Amino acid sequence: MAEGENSKGRREFINGGLRGAMLMGFGALTGLLLDRGQAEDTVWQIDPDLCTQCGNCATYCVLEQSAVKCVHAYVMCGYCDLCTSYFEPQPNALNTGAENQLCPTGAIRRTFVEDPYYQYTIDESLCIGCAKCVKGCTTFGNGSMFLQVRHDRCLNCNECSIAKVCPSRAFRRVPASQPYLLKVKPHAG
Amino acid sequence: MRFVPVVAFLLLLPLLPGSALASERFPPPDFETGYKQPQTITPHARWPVLEYLDVFVLAGALGLSAYLVMKKRSRRGIAALSIFSLAYFGFYRQGCVCAIGSIQNVALGLMGSGYHVPFSVVAFFLLPLLFALFFGRTFCAAVCPHGAIQDVVLLRPLRVPGWLEHTLGLLAYIYLGAAVVFAATGSAFILCEYDPFIALFRLTGSFEMVTLGVCFLVIALFVGRPYCRFLCPYGVLLGLLSRVSKYRVTIYPDKCIKCRLCEDSCPYGAIREPTPEPVAVGRAAGRKTLLLFMALLPVLIAIFSWMGVGIGPSLARSNATVRVAERVWREDTGKASGTTKASSAFRYTGQPPQKLYKEALQIGRRFRTAGGLFGAWVGLVIGLKLIALSVKRRRFEYEADRAACVACGRCYPYCPEEHVRLKALAEIMAKEAVT
Repeated sequence: MAEGENSKGRREFINGGLRGAMLMGFGALTGLLLDRGQAEDTVWQIDPDLCTQCGNCATYCVLEQSAVKCVHAYVMCGYCDLCTSYFEPQPNALNTGAENQLCPTGAIRRTFVEDPYYQYTIDESLCIGCAKCVKGCTTFGNGSMFLQVRHDRCLNCNECSIAKVCPSRAFRRVPASQPYLLKVKPHAG
Repeated sequence: MRFVPVVAFLLLLPLLPGSALASERFPPPDFETGYKQPQTITPHARWPVLEYLDVFVLAGALGLSAYLVMKKRSRRGIAALSIFSLAYFGFYRQGCVCAIGSIQNVALGLMGSGYHVPFSVVAFFLLPLLFALFFGRTFCAAVCPHGAIQDVVLLRPLRVPGWLEHTLGLLAYIYLGAAVVFAATGSAFILCEYDPFIALFRLTGSFEMVTLGVCFLVIALFVGRPYCRFLCPYGVLLGLLSRVSKYRVTIYPDKCIKCRLCEDSCPYGAIREPTPEPVAVGRAAGRKTLLLFMALLPVLIAIFSWMGVGIGPSLARSNATVRVAERVWREDTGKASGTTKASSAFRYTGQPPQKLYKEALQIGRRFRTAGGLFGAWVGLVIGLKLIALSVKRRRFEYEADRAACVACGRCYPYCPEEHVRLKALAEIMAKEAVT
């Protein structure tokens, strides 16, 4: 039994040594990880200049209704009567009839401002982030509508599952203090 | 006036360059009615201070768990705490941030790819490891929501045969190696992608993920904690650390009387019986096997790392850059017709493909190295397992295996000594109440 006691003591000694080594390793690791230039925490966002409106945002988010929504930068908008985000390519008439609308969920609201201008507002509770309107606006319009991750909905997954399938790699981590990449190009002249 | 934008649009149509470059096709209106443009709203994320709350809750839960396991020895307390953890870290925080996934953030952060690991993730990675160094796997016992969800559904645990337990146990090591490889190369976070329970915590998810989660839960009815025992990569780290932990889970409060009552109490196969007296003949043969396996270890490492280098290129396809580069190259050399979303998105940027190829080749080389290291890791793990299996250590009492025990406390009430302890305590308390 004395032998057993001895080996027990020896094992305890080795364990203690290993524990100490591990603790030092943890210290070094913490220092290394936290040191990196005091960088900020990040959130996911879409770079609207890279987005190709492929439609993956609507289907690949882990949420039932995607955290990606269409956002409207009013300063860039032309307030067109024939809005290519709002209307089907060949609308019957330029009115709010459902058959004329491009948005599959009717999430864009068209309101009259003054002749001949109309304001287009996104109802985010209806928007599914399919980017159909974004495509219409970027291809034929001013590009004032674009997709953005809405941070009140986004779970900020460790690895964004839309980012994984984004063909144009428009998703990237941005500093949490500036969580949006808005298009705000002022009008020239 | 009304049709000005339309006419402008028609005139501009042939001139449209790419597409996103377009802005200013229709000049901003000069409103005459005093209309004010609405602001683009930017809703805020979760309050950042709550991140510190998560860390605080984690630290508190770990401390409480260690107390309940080591000092109080209360199965009921451990169960209650694990239900709290399931509710908070699982259903409320929806499984993110989690210690298991943090392995990948740490791997990516250490590779110096410009990725900064958030403070909370560092804390979630290190705190449970630190606790494991002193108190064993108390994180698994009552803090991890993945462990808790499997623990609460356990209905009728079946005993997994030893050979199967050992073999399946290796999967976790391989999974850990793979997760580090994919994360460190900046390609994928496979632990998050194939996490079985996250879809259940979020109460939404793809069909595959929900099915996977339900399958795991059904298995967990009859096989205790299948994910923890056979897959969890973080459990591997915790297991390794708890081998040298300062305090350990003991089935008995004071000493083992070898009554054998606890033998079948562990649903996770972590109780080791006392060894019979060693026989001289068996010892000689055992020594020979041990020497053989020790000689085999470097051979295994060499073979597997060679294989790892070989599979490097196929692993590299998990990287998006490599995939696009390959596709663009195939299109340019006429090996593939048409374009994919990714290749057309790349062409849209107007960058020269040579730059992309160069980048992809660089990633490919990194994958060769990573594949080799991964292979060496697999070889090492298999070799060490063989060695560990052939080392016979003498045990005089019933013991909870340091690495395999998740400190759930189910064996405590099976020990008659434990009942003695509790009664004695009750008597002392009664006496104290009188005086």
